[in-house]
Amino acid sequence: MREVDYNTIVDAVARLCMDANYYLGDDVVNVLKQALAKEESETGKDILGQLLKNAEIAKTEKIPICQDCGFAVVFLEMGEDAHVKGNIIKAINDGVKKGYTEGFLRKSIVSDPVKGKNTGDNTPAIVHTSIVPGDKIKITVAPKGGGSENMSEVKMMKPADGIEGVKNFVIDRVTRSSSNPCPPTVIGVGIGGTFEYVAFLAKKALLRDIGQRNPDPFYADVERELLEKINNLGIGPMGLGGRTTALDVFIEVHPRHIASFPVAVNTNCHAARHKSVTL
Amino acid sequence: MAEPIKIKTPLSDEDVQSLKIGDSVLITGKIYTARDAAHKRLIDLIEKGESLPFDIKGQIIYYVGPAPAKPGYVIGPAGPTTSGRCDPYTPVLLSLGLKGMIGKGTRSKEVRGAMEKHKAVYFAATGGAAALIAKNIKAVKIIAYEDLGPEAIRELEVEDFPVIVANDTHGGDLYEEGTKKYRK
Ligand code: SF4
Repeated sequence: MREVDYNTIVDAVARLCMDANYYLGDDVVNVLKQALAKEESETGKDILGQLLKNAEIAKTEKIPICQDCGFAVVFLEMGEDAHVKGNIIKAINDGVKKGYTEGFLRKSIVSDPVKGKNTGDNTPAIVHTSIVPGDKIKITVAPKGGGSENMSEVKMMKPADGIEGVKNFVIDRVTRSSSNPCPPTVIGVGIGGTFEYVAFLAKKALLRDIGQRNPDPFYADVERELLEKINNLGIGPMGLGGRTTALDVFIEVHPRHIASFPVAVNTNCHAARHKSVTL
Repeated sequence: MAEPIKIKTPLSDEDVQSLKIGDSVLITGKIYTARDAAHKRLIDLIEKGESLPFDIKGQIIYYVGPAPAKPGYVIGPAGPTTSGRCDPYTPVLLSLGLKGMIGKGTRSKEVRGAMEKHKAVYFAATGGAAALIAKNIKAVKIIAYEDLGPEAIRELEVEDFPVIVANDTHGGDLYEEGTKKYRK
């Protein structure tokens, strides 16, 4: 059993919260540059240029890319031979508190959905835990903005709807989202599992880097097809018309019940933030 | 792209009527921040017949809840938030002389109708370009509802603040027309 200090977790999470908010991934920067070269709309070019300049300013000045510094969504992969002195969930929350306070990140969490007030430190985090072989601990922080999260949806489809049904649902969801999720977006799609698990799959899909295809060629093709169809909708940057509506589409799948065909779309914005560390 | 149009607040009817959808505009002067929570309080004041914390005639409201300012900065990153959440409150403010709004995302039919009727424009700012936008904000003063934190009403002094006309006084809607133009 390998022992990991409580404060190692706190400091690592704090760092990840800040880094994820300050530094837009190179994968996103590169795809924005490609999109700018291909964009036909003048307004669209203007906006994509602003997003690139924005990422540059955020990086050099160490300030957040977006004022919505998100819900701190944390993926914890706990090696079965690793042990943290103290409660690891508490350590993660202490890390979020530290990162959002010391990093000048906006605190956007309300303590109770109906009766609550802002918790003042962006806690609690949402923590998804999995137990994996080995003695390492991998932590991924993926801050999630509200504007794009609100454009997400779970649909319990019929098995007979098949892959065509999935495609139609994704296109319909993106069409209805229109300008709201700050396009260009990144679209996470979950297929299979149960009602709650399919939403998790769609969220997990958003952890991929731009261009990283599903290992199954069947789903990789669907990802490519959906991306092209979405970019033919004309929604464009910020919904003001243009060629660039989404930067990528990621599909994650899971076995399903014979009677069910759950499908989820989790919408992310160009501020597709996620940073990982292995301890 | 055509040279951006420079405008100064407060805006007159002529100023706003000259703007067309797709115009790239740089705003200089004072503008006011308010999100839906602050809007609700403004409407409560109006219903009680009390005066607003700022004179709304000719002004622009920016839908934003900025991130905290680092030491040495006047404001933290401050990009637009979704305008639709303010839609239920907007027609009343337009009837009182509000001339412009800055935000992201489409507006309701009621808001678009009220914009045509009372001569006002809706500007789209780039969602997510918060660090860049903050560079054009030169001074900040909280003027009401400090208890709302990032949602308090702030008076911003802006210089060449970059926006795009999304809805004009002639009924034009860039969300609709832009999408139609590029749909395949
Ligand atoms: S949707 Fe994304 S880019 Fe837009 S305001 Fe929210 S976090 Fe920022």
